[in-house]
Amino acid sequence: MIYLNAKAKSQTYKKIDTLCNPIAGVTTVSAARAANVVRIASLDAGKGDMGDSPEPGRGPDQGPRFEIVAREDFSDATYLLEIRHPMMAKAARPGQFVIVISHENGERIPLTLADFDARKGTITLVVQAVGKTTKQMQRDCQRGTRLFSVVGPMGVPSRVGDAKKVICVGGGLGVAPIFPQARAFKESGAYVVGVVGFRTKDLIFWEDKFKQYCDEFIICTDDGSAGIEGRVTKGIEQAIQKHADIDEVVAIGPPIMMQACAETTRPHNIKTIVSLNPVMVDGTGMCGGCRVKVGERIKFACVDGPEFDAHEVDFGDLMNRLRRFAADEQAAMARWSETCRMAGQLTAVDPSSQERA
Amino acid sequence: MARKTIRTIPQDRTPMPVQEPKARARNFAEVALGYSEEAALNECERCLLCPDPACVPGCPVHIDIPGFIKKISERDYRGAYDVLTDANLLPAICGRVCPQEDQCEGVCPVGDTLEPVAIGRIERWLGDVAIAKGWSNIPYIEPNGFKVGIIGSGPAGMACAADLAKAGCDVTIYEALHQPGGVLRYGIPDFRLPPGVLDGEYENLKRLGVNIECNTLVGRLFTIEQMIDEMGYQAVFIGTGAGSPKFMDIPGEFLNGVLSANEFLTRCNLMRAGEFPNYDTPLHLGRRAAIIGAGNTAMDAMRVCLRLGVEKVYCIYRRTKAESPARVEEIEHAEEEGIEFHWLTTPVEILDDGNGNVRGMRCLRMELGEPDESGRRRPVPIEGSDFEFEADMIIYAIGTNANPILGQTSKLKLNKWGYIETDESLATSMAGVYAGGDIVTGAATVILAMGAGRKAACSIKAYLGIRDSDRVYLPERSGSEGKIFGIDSEEKNFCRIRVA
Ligand SMILES: Cc1cc2nc3c(=O)[nH]c(=O)nc-3n(C[C@H](O)[C@H](O)[C@H](O)COP(=O)(O)OP(=O)(O)OC[C@H]3O[C@@H](n4cnc5c(N)ncnc54)[C@H](O)[C@@H]3O)c2cc1C
Ligand SMILES: Cc1cc2nc3c(=O)[nH]c(=O)nc-3n(C[C@H](O)[C@H](O)[C@H](O)COP(=O)(O)OP(=O)(O)OC[C@H]3O[C@@H](n4cnc5c(N)ncnc54)[C@H](O)[C@@H]3O)c2cc1C
Ligand code: FES
Repeated sequence: MIYLNAKAKSQTYKKIDTLCNPIAGVTTVSAARAANVVRIASLDAGKGDMGDSPEPGRGPDQGPRFEIVAREDFSDATYLLEIRHPMMAKAARPGQFVIVISHENGERIPLTLADFDARKGTITLVVQAVGKTTKQMQRDCQRGTRLFSVVGPMGVPSRVGDAKKVICVGGGLGVAPIFPQARAFKESGAYVVGVVGFRTKDLIFWEDKFKQYCDEFIICTDDGSAGIEGRVTKGIEQAIQKHADIDEVVAIGPPIMMQACAETTRPHNIKTIVSLNPVMVDGTGMCGGCRVKVGERIKFACVDGPEFDAHEVDFGDLMNRLRRFAADEQAAMARWSETCRMAGQLTAVDPSSQERA
Repeated sequence: MARKTIRTIPQDRTPMPVQEPKARARNFAEVALGYSEEAALNECERCLLCPDPACVPGCPVHIDIPGFIKKISERDYRGAYDVLTDANLLPAICGRVCPQEDQCEGVCPVGDTLEPVAIGRIERWLGDVAIAKGWSNIPYIEPNGFKVGIIGSGPAGMACAADLAKAGCDVTIYEALHQPGGVLRYGIPDFRLPPGVLDGEYENLKRLGVNIECNTLVGRLFTIEQMIDEMGYQAVFIGTGAGSPKFMDIPGEFLNGVLSANEFLTRCNLMRAGEFPNYDTPLHLGRRAAIIGAGNTAMDAMRVCLRLGVEKVYCIYRRTKAESPARVEEIEHAEEEGIEFHWLTTPVEILDDGNGNVRGMRCLRMELGEPDESGRRRPVPIEGSDFEFEADMIIYAIGTNANPILGQTSKLKLNKWGYIETDESLATSMAGVYAGGDIVTGAATVILAMGAGRKAACSIKAYLGIRDSDRVYLPERSGSEGKIFGIDSEEKNFCRIRVA
């Protein structure tokens, strides 16, 4: 450790002299420090010191921040992004989400962690292109590009506890987010029934991935082209019929689907957890934009949730509040489509082809 | 020179040039334009340079106010800046946002007879000069090998970081949002604190060697325990602010069109929603906005509404103007800009238009009763005085609660309101972990947060065994030779000592 006394002070001057003359090539701590002065802050600092694992930090050779290292398209509206973020890959737990800003002037949008791999140092997001931001990301977020900002993991992790038999339900944009939960339940020793809903057979993804962790796996399609015909609630009914001892149901998807799930399990008195998706801004509990009504109390989904007891949630309120910016979102979408058309690069996305539960 | 007396000094306060209310109510340029050199010198003439000044103890960080004013009068601006920054690292910011009337200017003896010396305006002028000239007091720093982590980049975190960096610590600030600044960035609008001023102060911080890591939510990405056990931090400072908005729990609060001032201001300031669709964040403005509350936050929200083109902006406050916690200057500006104030009024219900949107508000008139614990007279509702009025946007600015994230994810001891508990030295219940600013006191002011950050820095230095030695100066040099990594040789240098 540096210890300076009055005599050493004079040496300080000397040291400065050496610093002034880089040719001397003396690499002192001070030199390192001075280099620090001009270094632009990067997310690396401190992280290399986590020490215990070979993968935590990102050396200069590991590519730019928030780099997209893999992309997969499940359909014309759903795509997967795998993003390098070693620290987050380590910290993430099922049920948590991130907030992404795709470009400098972008908005902050919440996306659930659909997977994370501490060994590879990556997190996975599965996004449905529904509006301006998610469609622009669909066009721009290619492998090797980077996101402007990714922050998280946010929210209280799921309580994967002592449940012995659970149903994990995913519909629409909730299919991918339910995966980490199914896996965590399985790893905690539970019997896992997976129920996922798609509009039609062609939109199905991750079947193998789910089957690896689900003792039973039920696919529901609106048109009956695969699995059972109908909504996920039909799958839940079926599972409940078969197993009288379901401890818990976890459902993620559009609010209307989560509400239907809540109503399906209510008569059976089965504990049901849903992951709410209100409009968010900061995701740190600072704005209250994400407030939801749960058991007649105000909760902030980003810090108190996003998971809540489905039987207590006021879904009507949630759905109303999701319409807050409908007019602006449509305007943004229209403007963006127009820009794309003019640029002659409108991606062949038909808005009616979005998956529904 | 004969001692100045109250009769010999310029009698009138040098006026602050401001943008004309009509024009400024439609733009985001700064309202108060700032003193010219001449105006600043004139105002400095009004200071009596009291031998036993009241303003110094009146300032939460004890700036040597007569000291820097005297230097300005002598036209030694650089010297004045050194005196100022000895105590205040962010003069350009504090000069703009401090409630001076309750602090230094409130106790200025000139104010007994005339208007007090406009200390804040002089401070701001000097701060701006420093930014324009690129001055900063970057000492030669001898690293001491200690790593200190700072959580939150608001004024508390910034001040703490600066002091520790000067002491030779390797300092990293972690900020959850994608830009640093805390409330200064997401809360206070451009027309009161231009982003360039803030950027200038952050540049100085970086020049001190402080790393600023945005996009890092401490507690979730890693915990405070991990910072100490795994990441090699010997000490941690928490300056995460209060920032969890309160609602009132009245009917209609969930309707679309009801939002917190924090959300509104974050969308506008941080996310630039006013420039939608060039920026992607939407805002959805109403035509008539009612803002509940009358603090600085409320004033900012109202004045942003006006600037974005809301036709009618109402302020609903259950007490009177005299009790309003906002800076006097901000209320005056808001009044001039055409905000309609409804003092002694409290909302009881927000009305639905039948489609889940706000249509209006039902309010009660109040009168002032007996004083409450805070010494302010308690407003009591007047029976049967309720009335309705139209509004399609309701903004809550009635205060904040503690942010729960660090409490949820650490063993930190919190008080019953969820704020972090600290002792006199700002030490928390965890060894080596200190906290200050709004997360300890509840919503307060920039200067108090900054003062807390500096106090914590002192405590952290003591905890780590770092002792400031006498300041040393480099020997005289001339020309470019005098520069060491861009640092002027005449700049103050600190030699740092760690007691073995
Ligand atoms: C906790 C949480 C987890 C989510 N996880 C996923 C996920 O894993 N995959 C996925 O595809 N989508 C997810 N979403 C929804 C996703 O954030 C929105 O689809 C996205 O913000 C839409 O942006 P846009 O500009 O493309 O569409 P827009 O046209 O702006 O909006 C389309 C719809 O998305 C909703 N929305 C808009 N902005 C936001 C916002 N800032 N926050 C939340 N909802 C918004 C609105 O209800 C709107 O009707 C999640 C939302 C939340 C709150
Ligand atoms: C609209 C508004 C106007 C105001 N006007 C004035 C004024 O005119 N004059 C005045 O003196 N005061 C004013 N104030 C009050 C003043 O801004 C605050 O008292 C002051 O900013 C508090 O500073 P702080 O450093 O404690 O916290 P903040 O400024 O709140 O900063 C805290 C920072 O920590 C970050 N953070 C929080 N949690 C985490 C986490 N877990 N990990 C990483 N980062 C985290 C936050 O994102 C934030 O950036 C105003 C406040 C508001 C809201
Ligand atoms: S998103 Fe702002 S408080 Fe939850």
